[in-house]
Amino acid sequence: MSLALLFAVGGLAGIGTYLVTARSMSRIVLGFSMLGHAAVVALLAAGGPAGEAPLADRSAAESASNPLPQALSLTAIVISFGLTLFLLALARRQQQLSGDDLVEDDLEDVRIGGPPRPRRGAARREAA
Amino acid sequence: MSSLVAVIVVGPLVMALAGLLLQRHAAVRDTITVGSLAAVTGLSGWLLAAVERDGTVVVHVGGWDPGLGIVLVADLFASLVLVVSLASILIVELFAIGQRGTSWGAEPRVAGPILLALTAGVALAILTGDLFTLFVAFELILVSSYVLLTHQGQRGQIRSGMTYVAMNLFASTLFLVGVAFVYAATGTVNLALLAERIPDLDGSTRIGIGLWFFVVFGTKAAVFPLFSWLPDSYPTAPTTITAVFAGLLTKIGVYALIRFTTLTAMDDLGPVILVIAGASMLVGVAGALAQDDVKRILSFHIVSQIGYMLMGLGLFTVAGVAGAVFFLIHQIPLKTVLFLVGGLVEEESGTSALDRVGGLARRRPLLAALFALPALSLAGIPPLSGFVAKLSLVQAGIAELSTPIVVVSLVGSALTLLSMAKIWLGVFWGRMPDDGATPRPARPRSRRLMTGATAAGVAVTVAVAVLAGPLWHMSERASTALVDPAGYVDGVVP
Repeated sequence: MSLALLFAVGGLAGIGTYLVTARSMSRIVLGFSMLGHAAVVALLAAGGPAGEAPLADRSAAESASNPLPQALSLTAIVISFGLTLFLLALARRQQQLSGDDLVEDDLEDVRIGGPPRPRRGAARREAA
Repeated sequence: MSSLVAVIVVGPLVMALAGLLLQRHAAVRDTITVGSLAAVTGLSGWLLAAVERDGTVVVHVGGWDPGLGIVLVADLFASLVLVVSLASILIVELFAIGQRGTSWGAEPRVAGPILLALTAGVALAILTGDLFTLFVAFELILVSSYVLLTHQGQRGQIRSGMTYVAMNLFASTLFLVGVAFVYAATGTVNLALLAERIPDLDGSTRIGIGLWFFVVFGTKAAVFPLFSWLPDSYPTAPTTITAVFAGLLTKIGVYALIRFTTLTAMDDLGPVILVIAGASMLVGVAGALAQDDVKRILSFHIVSQIGYMLMGLGLFTVAGVAGAVFFLIHQIPLKTVLFLVGGLVEEESGTSALDRVGGLARRRPLLAALFALPALSLAGIPPLSGFVAKLSLVQAGIAELSTPIVVVSLVGSALTLLSMAKIWLGVFWGRMPDDGATPRPARPRSRRLMTGATAAGVAVTVAVAVLAGPLWHMSERASTALVDPAGYVDGVVP
């Protein structure tokens, strides 16, 4: 397995995880597309070394790269594309409702567990 | 006959498309939704009978070899869970049609067809014989559930929907990376081939894969400590949607976990699973005790009950897994119906917050009875199905001398009864508080349909108790086949 691919997976997953923990939805969306890419690259890396294009009439089975992970990756890419759009729609709706795209606190949790500690996000929203 | 198995998966998906295209014609759309749900429920009943008669049914979709193409496998475990799941969805859809005249209902144009897409996902997740198709099935279920949860676009739904989507999307990404690990280690994603190859891997790789998928399926199943998204998001959706989610989604996670761990013989994960099981039982029920809204109490109970299924799995004996299988079958209709009752309470009193309702036992005795039966069953009071399920788990635990988990499960049961009593005191006894919410009267016809659908659900849970003997024997046979997967493997790769 290529070392470069490994570093690509690690880097993408790291950046993605960092962005997903953010409070703003646009960052979360970016984070998820990074994570999706990390998973797809991991799938490709799992298929072994690269070779010729795996077309039945053009290349021999021994020299072609493994087509199965490529097929799996395509499916995964389509799914993650659709979900990114859905997340963006959610972020847009949140912006329509509250004026920004920050994720809000759970009201019931606040009621039962006491008020949350002040956060930078909340202060910024009040200032706005 | 094998093509009919594929119809259970593909049929609802095609009909969902038809329903979306014809969404303007209410009568056509409802006929499509209810008709196809009834048809697949019937088909799955027939499938169960066929599996009971002739053994496991295996379908190689498109005639490809098992290593290359998609396989659908209907063994006893799969067909049992399939029948119960599809029947529960059908009941919920009938309730939804009754509820649509009221302000609590889901948007019928979207909800019906998307529910069909979710049905297709559930059927695929249960029947599939390979790991990647399981991923696709989970995505189909989740994408449908995202839409169902947020389609009304209210503020609370968007807020909790975001948590729900983010959590599940993260778990799906982990799933995909897990598929990559498994493929790199074994060169296949077919479950039957994995059952042959994973036990031969060296120890750390095998345990790593097992733990990775425990986290993936555990997030879907909402086990401790991965459950925080659940009690936050479920209560915000319309009743019918919550009922489907509560009855099915987490249970499909448990189903996948049982299937994967037993097939790949991850016996060494047993102690980890037992610890997580005990923590889920206690934390779930403690969360439920702290809440004061019917839907939120019930949501925390989902987490607690998942613990019981894990307990059976964690013991890794035939008796333990049989207990988990039986618990799963008893839990799917039970949770669905409890949330439907919560919806009826909301319908009757305008809210489901405990301190703003009261005295329903006098005004609607039928509703009180419909709540009491499943609630007592949830707590495990004989002779209801919950008692049989918990008794079998406790016996399996004692047989394995796992005293701590047995004690924890009994404490959890007692606390469950306590929080059910809390709902009973708050909703059904006492008086309607003066500052209570104003009830919004539903039309008699829609109320009849809603109560009828709930009663049908309660009838299913009672049937599980009445048929406990035969069902238990089936669970035992399903469990024997799970614990020793040689039969499953031979059926798929002869």
